[in-house]
Amino acid sequence: MTALRKSGAATGPRTGPWFRHGRTEREGDGGRRRTGVPGALLVPALVGLAFLLLPLLALLLRAPWSSMPELLTSTEVWQALRLSLICASAATAVSLVVGVPLAWLLARAEFPGRRLVRALVTLPLVLPPVVGGVALLMAFGRNGVIGQWLDAWFGITLPFTTTGVVLAEAFVAMPFLVISVEGTLRAADPRYEEAAQTLGASRFTAFRRVTLPLIAPGVAAGAVLAWARALGEFGATITFAGNFPGRTQTMPLAVYLALQNDPEAAVALSLVLLAVSVAVLAALRDRWMTAS
Amino acid sequence: MGLVVIRSVCRGRRLLRVAGVGAVALGVLTVSACSSSSGAADSAGSSASGAGAGKVSGDVTVFAAASLKESFTELGKKFEQKYPGTEVTFSFGGSDSLAASINGGAPADVFAAASPRTMKLVTDQGGAAGTPVTFVRNRLEIATLPGNPDELASLKDLTRSDLKVVLCDRTVPCGAAAQKALDAGGVKVTPVSYEQDVKSALNKVALKEADAALVYRTDVKAAGDKVEGVDFPESAQAVNDYPITVLKNAGNTGAARAFIDLVRSAEGQKVLTEAGFLQP
Repeated sequence: MTALRKSGAATGPRTGPWFRHGRTEREGDGGRRRTGVPGALLVPALVGLAFLLLPLLALLLRAPWSSMPELLTSTEVWQALRLSLICASAATAVSLVVGVPLAWLLARAEFPGRRLVRALVTLPLVLPPVVGGVALLMAFGRNGVIGQWLDAWFGITLPFTTTGVVLAEAFVAMPFLVISVEGTLRAADPRYEEAAQTLGASRFTAFRRVTLPLIAPGVAAGAVLAWARALGEFGATITFAGNFPGRTQTMPLAVYLALQNDPEAAVALSLVLLAVSVAVLAALRDRWMTAS
Repeated sequence: MGLVVIRSVCRGRRLLRVAGVGAVALGVLTVSACSSSSGAADSAGSSASGAGAGKVSGDVTVFAAASLKESFTELGKKFEQKYPGTEVTFSFGGSDSLAASINGGAPADVFAAASPRTMKLVTDQGGAAGTPVTFVRNRLEIATLPGNPDELASLKDLTRSDLKVVLCDRTVPCGAAAQKALDAGGVKVTPVSYEQDVKSALNKVALKEADAALVYRTDVKAAGDKVEGVDFPESAQAVNDYPITVLKNAGNTGAARAFIDLVRSAEGQKVLTEAGFLQP
């Protein structure tokens, strides 16, 4: 129940656009009332907003604007940025393919130990990412539980490869998607699916034709969360996939290493990453709005 | 003339500033002078510290490079035994981030860095009291799997294409040292990864994900039987000096100086050499 409310809160603002049609009246109604925002809510809200935005503002103020052009034209930066975008998108795709069915299983299927499984799914959220990276090495590394067979049978080694980056990012980002989708599934009325089934649809057809369109907003919101998390991933990536320019060095890794001897460059690189992610997120949001 | 100063450093234990005048150059002489006449210097040292023991008390906070963790923890215990009533608190971490914390106003009495460059970050800001002195040195070794299955014997062997080699990134001290050693040997290695610090590089070998890494001797030693070290001659070209200093904002200057004296004493040097460090 708490999980439901929590994820509802998390997805709420993002799912807004899809529900806008249904809510227009109420929103128009609330528009008049909004002038009287209670101070008990407004003050902490503004404090919260300032707390989130001030560090970013400081980053902008202290940015080495004069050396920006030079940085932005360096091939290493573009390489890292390109790799970041590709890997984060691939990790989101992986999360969608296995994460949505997993969320469905947790929300709709009855099986013993479901609560435990749900708790386990969220573990990567609390696990320090560096530990996550070590765990991935122990599972998929050259000498890992599964990795040694991958190596022996197919000659596949995952550490130090771009695939390894995608894997590390998916490991850290997928729980965000699963939680978001599961919350939406719980809020969605199961009677639609039941009705589809009584009309002869198989359970999978009902999922594909009824459930999936119904929960699309939650899936999209979860995908955005997962993408954003994957884009900023550092600990698991550098531990599992290492750091090699063009192959596994994503932007957060480049930023961290620049921080060691050239903090100004690190600030500039972070700004590039921030600008790109804001641009992508804003563009996606616009598309969804017009689509709905 | 120089020797007089040096003797007084060994004995006086309060004249660190004097030794600091020619920090690095004298530092080499200082400890060798102390340890070569270890018997005499030791007894002189202990009597001097006995005289000053009354003044050393309270808490002392030491910021030290991660590679010093094992040996400094041990020295901290020795210090507390030697000066009852004192308490040593350590903060171990990457020298860069420690320097950043000190510059940012972190309350510390002593700073022991893993490279002169990181120490310079603090001295440039005027954060050190006096001139830092080199108290140990560290050199690189090839860390490889136990038993050396790839039969690595030299730096050149690291260029073999069937090997997965990891190096530290050039922005961190161990990476800079590795680059120096490779340049000295005229060897060009393409690693699978440039790691963010020396422990990560070592862990890749300890977890058998990589076949070899260039790390410090002390790290190989600390890893026990999980990795095997292979010495190579070019490492002499990339020896890392570890400077130590009392900080300007030290709350307990007396205890801070006493701690540095212990680190530089024959007793302290013994602990450090056992961990794989070289005497300065």
